[in-house]
Amino acid sequence: MHRDDLSIVLCGQAGQGVQTVEFLLTRLLKLAGYHVFATKEYMSRVRGGLNSTTLRVSNREVAAYVHRMDILVPLSAGAVEHVAKRISHGTVVLGERQVMGDGPALASCRVLDVPFTKMAQEIGNALYSNSVAVGAVAGALGLDLQRVTDYVLRFFAGKQASIVEDNVKAAQAGYKAVGSLDVDDLAIEPAGDVGAKGRLLLDGAEAVGLGAIAGGCNFVSSYPMSPSTAVLTFMARHGDEFGVVVEQAEDEIAAINMAIGAGYAGARALVTTSGGGFALMTEGVSLAGMLETPVVIHLAQRPGPATGLPTRTEQGDLELALYAGHGEFPRIILAPGTLEDGFQLAQQAFNLADKYQVPVFILTDQYYIDSYYDAPPFDLSKTAVVKHVVKTEKDYRRYVVTQDGVSARGVPGFGEGLVVVDSDEHDEEGHITEDLDLRVRMVNKRLAKGASLTMDVVPPVLVGPDNYKNLVICWGSTYHAVNEAIAELGRNDTAMLHYRQVYPLHDRTAEYMARAERTLVVEGNATGQFAKLIELHAGVPADELLLKYNGMNFSVEEVVDGLKALIKDVV
Amino acid sequence: MDAKAFDMEKADVAWCPGCGNFPILKALKEALAELDIDPTQLVMVSGIGQAAKIPHYVRAHVFNGLHGRALPPATAIKAANPRLTVIAESGDGDMYGEGGNHFIHCIRRNPDITNIVHDNRVYGLTKGQASPTSPLGFKTSVQVHGVSLEPFNPLAVAIALDASFVARANAQDREQTKDLMKKAIGHKGYALLDILQPCVTYNKLNTYQWFKEHTYYLDGSHDPRDRMAAMQKALETDRLPLGVIYLSPTKPPFEDTRGVYREDPRPLHERQVDLDRLRHLMTSFAMNA
Repeated sequence: MHRDDLSIVLCGQAGQGVQTVEFLLTRLLKLAGYHVFATKEYMSRVRGGLNSTTLRVSNREVAAYVHRMDILVPLSAGAVEHVAKRISHGTVVLGERQVMGDGPALASCRVLDVPFTKMAQEIGNALYSNSVAVGAVAGALGLDLQRVTDYVLRFFAGKQASIVEDNVKAAQAGYKAVGSLDVDDLAIEPAGDVGAKGRLLLDGAEAVGLGAIAGGCNFVSSYPMSPSTAVLTFMARHGDEFGVVVEQAEDEIAAINMAIGAGYAGARALVTTSGGGFALMTEGVSLAGMLETPVVIHLAQRPGPATGLPTRTEQGDLELALYAGHGEFPRIILAPGTLEDGFQLAQQAFNLADKYQVPVFILTDQYYIDSYYDAPPFDLSKTAVVKHVVKTEKDYRRYVVTQDGVSARGVPGFGEGLVVVDSDEHDEEGHITEDLDLRVRMVNKRLAKGASLTMDVVPPVLVGPDNYKNLVICWGSTYHAVNEAIAELGRNDTAMLHYRQVYPLHDRTAEYMARAERTLVVEGNATGQFAKLIELHAGVPADELLLKYNGMNFSVEEVVDGLKALIKDVV
Repeated sequence: MDAKAFDMEKADVAWCPGCGNFPILKALKEALAELDIDPTQLVMVSGIGQAAKIPHYVRAHVFNGLHGRALPPATAIKAANPRLTVIAESGDGDMYGEGGNHFIHCIRRNPDITNIVHDNRVYGLTKGQASPTSPLGFKTSVQVHGVSLEPFNPLAVAIALDASFVARANAQDREQTKDLMKKAIGHKGYALLDILQPCVTYNKLNTYQWFKEHTYYLDGSHDPRDRMAAMQKALETDRLPLGVIYLSPTKPPFEDTRGVYREDPRPLHERQVDLDRLRHLMTSFAMNA
């Protein structure tokens, strides 16, 4: 019987081929018509250490990490031990005996010994072992050999003829070597006609980057920090093409102050940062609040405190984003779950920042940034850069007190007026003041925007039956894991409510919760930050929390098990 | 053009009577007028401190940001709209202390902005503590045994970083200060103008008289394009040389090195997203499959 959902884990040292094999396999599988998903976990070092990538391939859409390993491809010594907890009797370890060793972890699983390196050397160079591995996995899945050959040709196109030829030979040799072994049970259901054709294969950083460009972002100042850097490099790569000024600042303080300066001058500015880098920006967040200058902050979370686990994931900075900056001023916090969310929300973030003149956060995390899968092309017809900048008159005043708190925003050099902004409390013109009655009017004006912007809150997504008894609430990057887990539970009384905007909280939250007999919040931190936010703003405490904070994202199985335990009447 | 064009009618000036900031403000307005700068094309950027209040007293666009953070927004404002004249002006504590890292990297980045620093060698707004340029032995309510930290030498640091324009003025010499301001503003690239200035309230050592006696103007024998000679001048501490000390005028300004202005001179706020190009980029992720 053919399988329809396989998980393949590649594990090895940094720089030892995991990335190449992953790249080749995901593209090959997508071109073959399958849906693919991949995510990686890696150590904070440039070389060495053990990293792993989990690939999923299916005829169904797949977009979440699973703990289960159907095939493990160890590419360096120590790889088997690195993922030993994930080995089960159903796991097939495919690789060279020399690399996998014969540790106790292999005792309960099936081993297919394919000497990648030896075969590569026979063809001419040990470097071809990556192509042998790709061929071997393709063979195990029962893909068409011609398709494998075509893709390897395409991938190496432009290289020296002998290198192209040898890699093709290597992939074919790997494919055939597996064919002689007992692997029929690994074969995957042939790809359907529609499959992943025409769909995009991209990761969270790319989705956010494309969304930023669609939102009219034309200024990026940031300081490199994992895992947020991927958005910075994406914007740098496409900066000239789309008219984006991209600058690596000397520190995060400079980065956000530059972004605010650019925003003041009429640019649509983005900073991308993580953890401690964002902590350094917090005075700048407060400045944006006071100047009422739009700025978009992409905060890719990683575990703290301090340096924490630099390359791992967590949803631990929600409260930091919520309270960052001294003083009281409104803000918006968005948290994409799907890649489509990443694109649409990044795009909207720039319009919202411009419309309400507030800092807008896009809260992602390492798991979201580094995971990719095939997604339908983003709907560009929904995107629009709605500009709110006005041409100033001679007597222009930047901070005219209005009902909704929003004052028409001019920029220097556009019109006859002068644009005066001050981090001190200021009068309507923008000049420094210590008039305490005016202070109260200005505070009220700024806070009025907080009420106004609730008109544009992105609603949560309810997946599952309307007449649910159990409501599983989550936010940001846990979307797919929770969604798949609930589908797997197969209960017709359980639904998921996913928040893409976590602040301000959607005003129907209490109503959604009141309809449930039991509410459960799933989030990747130790203290239930979103559950606390809900209790504070919707007035309803959650019944149960499912939390994870070891630096890894939730697997589907973990959510299934967690929900089973918490939904106690499960049959 | 009349310097009155830059007067603020109802500004409530927060400086002490006799403050060295007054002649600087007057010289600045005169310099701007003589350069015929349109107030609607001029952005005054500052941080926090007494000197940092100067933008409020000049009729122009104002960005009065955070303490120490004038240079990053000034750089970005120029990069977002290169047509604007941008002056970042604050005191020595703001620019050299709290903002020291930005000072270093702004020089390296070389945006076409003018950086005017009111250098009175003391903190005024926080009431008389040492600043990075306070002399050794200078006693304050915090430095009770006198300053023991080596005074920061902004000119030497700037020359070491190959700043494109480095000059020093003496606030009480309004005419010369105005001329140096005109040169700094007219210079294409980052221009540092450090202005020696008495603080009549908190610095009883570096008075008007003291600066008069301990400074001299460079004459034609100094070649500001000679970096070693400039460094030598910058390291002189008694008497302190005044005038244009160093010039490295051939560096391209930061904003000119950004690809975005290569074919399109328009400021960023006038531009639209190229959706066709975006569609093309997005489709590239489909790998034609």
